[in-house]
Amino acid sequence: MNKELTREERTDALGGMGCKRKRVEDARFTQGKGNYVDDIKLPGMLQGDFVRSPYAHARIKSIDSSAAMALDGVIAVLTAEDLAPLGLHWMPTLAGDKQMVLADGKVLFQGQEVAFVVAKDRYIAADAVELVEVDYEELPVLTDPFAAMESDVVLREDLLGEGGSLPDGAHGPRKHPNHIFTWEVGEKDATEQVLDEADVVAEETVYYHRTHPCPLETCGCVASMDKVNGKLTLHGTFQAPHAIRTVVSLISGIEEHNIRVISPDIGGGFGNKVGAYPGYVCSVVASIVTGVPVKWVEDRMENLMTTAFARDYHMTGKISATKEGKITGLHCHVTADHGGFDACADPTKFPAGFMNICTGSYDIPTAYLAVDGVYTNKAPGGVSYRCSFRVTEAAYFIERMVEVLAIELNMDAAELRRINFIKKEQFPYQSALGWEYDSGDYHTAWDKALKAVDYDGLRAEQAQRVEDFKAGKTRKLMGVGLTHFTEIVGAGPVKNCDILGLGMFDSCEIRIHPTGSAIARLGTISQGQGHATTFAQILATEIGLPADSITIEEGDTDTAPYGLGTYGSRSTPVAGAATAMAGRKIRAKAQMIAAYLLEVHDDDVEFDVDRFVVKGAPEKFKTMKEIAFAAYNQAIPGIEPGLEAVSYYDPPNMTYPFGAYVCVMDIDVDTGVTDIRRFYALDDCGTRINPMIIEGQVHGGLTEALAVALGQEIAYDDMGNVKTGTLMDFFLPTAWEVPNYETDHTVTPSPHHPIGAKGVGESPHVGGVPCFSNAVNDAFRAFGLRHTNMPHDHWRIWKTANDLGLHG
Amino acid sequence: MSNKKHFKLTVNGEEQEFLAEPRELLIHTLRERLRQTGPHIGCETSHCGACTVTMNGKSVKACTVFVAQADGADITTIEGLGNPDSLHVLQEAFKEHHGLQCGFCTPGMITRASKLLEENPTPTEEEVRFGMAGNICRCTGYQNIVKSILAAASEMNAAKEAAE
Amino acid sequence: MIPAAFEYYRPKDMAGVLSVLEEHGDDARVVAGGHSLIPMMKLRMAEVPHLIDLQDVAGLTGISIDAGRVRIGAMTTQHEIINHAGLSDVAPIMREASLQIADPQVRYMGTVGGNVANGDPGNDMPGLMQCLDATFILVGPDGERSVAARDFYEAAYMTDRADDEVLTAVEFAASKGGYAYEKQKRKIGDYATAAAAVLITKDGGTCASASIAMTNLSDTPVYSVDAGAALVGTSLDEASMKAAVDAMLGDIDPTEDNRGPIEFKRHAASVILRRAIENAWDRA
Repeated sequence: MNKELTREERTDALGGMGCKRKRVEDARFTQGKGNYVDDIKLPGMLQGDFVRSPYAHARIKSIDSSAAMALDGVIAVLTAEDLAPLGLHWMPTLAGDKQMVLADGKVLFQGQEVAFVVAKDRYIAADAVELVEVDYEELPVLTDPFAAMESDVVLREDLLGEGGSLPDGAHGPRKHPNHIFTWEVGEKDATEQVLDEADVVAEETVYYHRTHPCPLETCGCVASMDKVNGKLTLHGTFQAPHAIRTVVSLISGIEEHNIRVISPDIGGGFGNKVGAYPGYVCSVVASIVTGVPVKWVEDRMENLMTTAFARDYHMTGKISATKEGKITGLHCHVTADHGGFDACADPTKFPAGFMNICTGSYDIPTAYLAVDGVYTNKAPGGVSYRCSFRVTEAAYFIERMVEVLAIELNMDAAELRRINFIKKEQFPYQSALGWEYDSGDYHTAWDKALKAVDYDGLRAEQAQRVEDFKAGKTRKLMGVGLTHFTEIVGAGPVKNCDILGLGMFDSCEIRIHPTGSAIARLGTISQGQGHATTFAQILATEIGLPADSITIEEGDTDTAPYGLGTYGSRSTPVAGAATAMAGRKIRAKAQMIAAYLLEVHDDDVEFDVDRFVVKGAPEKFKTMKEIAFAAYNQAIPGIEPGLEAVSYYDPPNMTYPFGAYVCVMDIDVDTGVTDIRRFYALDDCGTRINPMIIEGQVHGGLTEALAVALGQEIAYDDMGNVKTGTLMDFFLPTAWEVPNYETDHTVTPSPHHPIGAKGVGESPHVGGVPCFSNAVNDAFRAFGLRHTNMPHDHWRIWKTANDLGLHG
Repeated sequence: MSNKKHFKLTVNGEEQEFLAEPRELLIHTLRERLRQTGPHIGCETSHCGACTVTMNGKSVKACTVFVAQADGADITTIEGLGNPDSLHVLQEAFKEHHGLQCGFCTPGMITRASKLLEENPTPTEEEVRFGMAGNICRCTGYQNIVKSILAAASEMNAAKEAAE
Repeated sequence: MIPAAFEYYRPKDMAGVLSVLEEHGDDARVVAGGHSLIPMMKLRMAEVPHLIDLQDVAGLTGISIDAGRVRIGAMTTQHEIINHAGLSDVAPIMREASLQIADPQVRYMGTVGGNVANGDPGNDMPGLMQCLDATFILVGPDGERSVAARDFYEAAYMTDRADDEVLTAVEFAASKGGYAYEKQKRKIGDYATAAAAVLITKDGGTCASASIAMTNLSDTPVYSVDAGAALVGTSLDEASMKAAVDAMLGDIDPTEDNRGPIEFKRHAASVILRRAIENAWDRA
């Protein structure tokens, strides 16, 4: 007989919540045995490839595909004309707009899909693309949203009413043919009054440039129509496989039970793989037409130019305060450049996402936000790149405005934050722009962060550096970047969160096997977050079976319960909650079984790590393993056999992770080259499921933040040509450009989440971007700079220094 | 197609002969023809390193090599570095130190690291960062990749010492 | 990104190379490491119906150092240059510059010949070769000829090399004195925002000779005679430094791109050159 394990040893043996469990995914990935979409090769599979527009705005006069069709191995060349009879030449976007699948008479951005070539292999397809002749008539190009709102050039004639009238859009009245919506939150008049009467008002225009999530794996799919059984299987890079199934069903007319959507391993998503793209629709149509599987995988240029940009928010803010620095009001207007179609991925009722979290971590009594969405000749998208819906924009805005206010008040920016934080005792806190912050302890986090970096020491060093610079002893300045961010993640409560009418709950279904192992399936899909590892940890703790005995499966709509997928840091807050709740249902039944087996009343047994024990008699127990066997194999009066549970979790509220970050940066004033000397990141994501994975998420999110802040952008010239179409120009940092990060944490559990977890994947990006940017701005504060826009690449930093007269 | 030619490669120790167009990119030959799908396609312009393999003793980006250029070459992909019964030290180290997340860059990363450690068995952190700068990772921020490689180096050196 | 089809040749000797070049004229291109040409072919920005692979051609690799003269075969890779101890002794600037080219994988494939012959203003070797006053050896139907690196470049991708010629080697004298290759770039794998190659010899506290060339600041590399001359005979005081920088600025002609506007590039060029001169001077 084995020695009886202690309670601690039994807990450790489970590998449950809180331990640094090694990832179960890694065995296949480290051996090159991942299964990504481009690894899928089905018998007879054809390859699709797009003819794309070289122009940003043009009318299509004709398309001649005869030479392409004559090429040996070319099966079909689809155009809008071919899709029109099926009603598939346009498709609905996630934002309530519609988007051309293939150019219907005109193109609205460079790289827009014009024709879809289907050929025997990707080489023939590429050759055929070159042979399709398209006759374009160039039209005036609008790349600036402000100019677009003034222009006579109408980008979307399809949205005009009779006689050129302007019918309402999906989000209400439109002011101009190139206008999409106005979204207002808060009290306009009251805010203006507060601003008018304030001691101090700081005003600034902050542009958050257009960028792109750019996961290392591009988007793609394999559509396979089985005409014999009438069943469509669609493998693809989908962050929301169930939503894709529903959308495909709605637009194709194929019943949902005849569609199987599978997200295989996904090589990073970061928001890029939330939307539905023309490539998916064309592949499905091509497979239906040809009766064989069709693969489409975009190349990197196509990825950067066409599928899902992020940001592009022009934000004008006014923030008011008393002389002592107590913030009294915030006013924000955003001009949002949405490109040629409104394909933002936001919950339906939130056309600017959760931009109304822009009061940040501060107790701001009065606020007003208005967002105007505008069409331009740029690619559609507006996805949440490693953040919840538009939360990076909001965090960047408020964290810049606070810095600008500190300058206006001639105050230390850390102190200004401290006196304005929402206090611990104010939670749950009702924000002026409509959110109920569930929990937080900002002062504790802030003080811990400032102490860790010796904030006063840094400021003293910085002051000395400024003196040395002025004395000609150095050409390097030092910036101290501060950020305290509050995120809003875990969308979301079905009462106000849906996408295309699909409620944003999530789900988990658990099946315990007789010998005490289990499989759990979820409506989410990992793209590197390690769900197979962490969700098993939640279950291990909840149901008392070892994490190593629990398989987690996601991404196959034929087997997984319905869910809205993985983005916006919603997996842990929503599906993680569903997992815990389903686990508790398992445990409830197990309790009855245990009581029966132990011959006591249900109420006389209690759960203890991996077993139920008789209260007051811990030597009398049944392990979960024993209970699982009994559940299937012992006739128990009044209890049906089996041990399974399912939970659909509709969260009562969002969760509000927060963090305190400090960046210390040296800047070469003459070359604009930056050097990150130190980066300290304190995250509070509530209950911590796997500290190793949390730390990895923080490292990654910070690195993506570094990229965005210091150089990564999708830039256009005046003709609407994309200037940053390859990784030569689109900045993805290498190991050489990235520092080591210091990570830290506090723990403020979410009061409404079953295990108190809040989500962490996106926090470091949301907090990181303003922190890097604040460091750059802060370096020049002593020389009179109020604000300079990202990306802070070498030449822009140089220009800032030059404009301040620092080059002599 | 008309201009297919006969090519011969040794991939992970096995000789492979086939007909292909000279323009076929080595990454497609490996992935689609020989079904070694470990190396991936990330950027296609030789910036990201997801397609890294070892060819004739060099770390090479297989997206920027024509199969014709590789004719006669000896190639090792991630599939040839270790096997389920005996993982390469680097494969173990990446698992141990959380050196990967989505896994897409990982095969190229480990394949490149294996060559780096062969050429420099005792690298500093700076040398690892410089030597790995041809491989982009979007998930990890590199910190744990660097840690994994340094740990693997220590382990390999310890094993070598023990053997001596 | 799929290239158009091409005929592929892998001749064993130079005669084989030349005969294909002769037959197909500018429809034929030689390929060494291919890391400039292949991406262009994949983007279908370079059309190469006949591709001649030089890898089996005898006599194109290797580094020899003989009586103070260095000869590097065109197919020698940057990786080989970095790891060649003898070369680092006689021309350490070669290693310093090579380490700043692209990334490790690309340096295993990227060759000296490809880098200098391509005529891409972004390549680092052309400026370096001009700084070293290298001679390029070209072989064509009429035999071998040599041309000075300083006379080789005409415009972007346009050089003195005829379509039927192949660059087979570079030669230069062992460099004495101080050296520096300074390069500002946005990240690993990027071309230079501005780069400077500098060689300086000292006679006591006086500059005896100076050679200065700049990269990616015109449609060709820029060898600035006047910048070097401004330093000779001086102790590198501020006035002579400024004169050198001004002379260089008179010779470059950068264009705006994603690395920044012209004004910035000119400023960066002056800063980078100053640093390179100071560095070379300290090492002299």
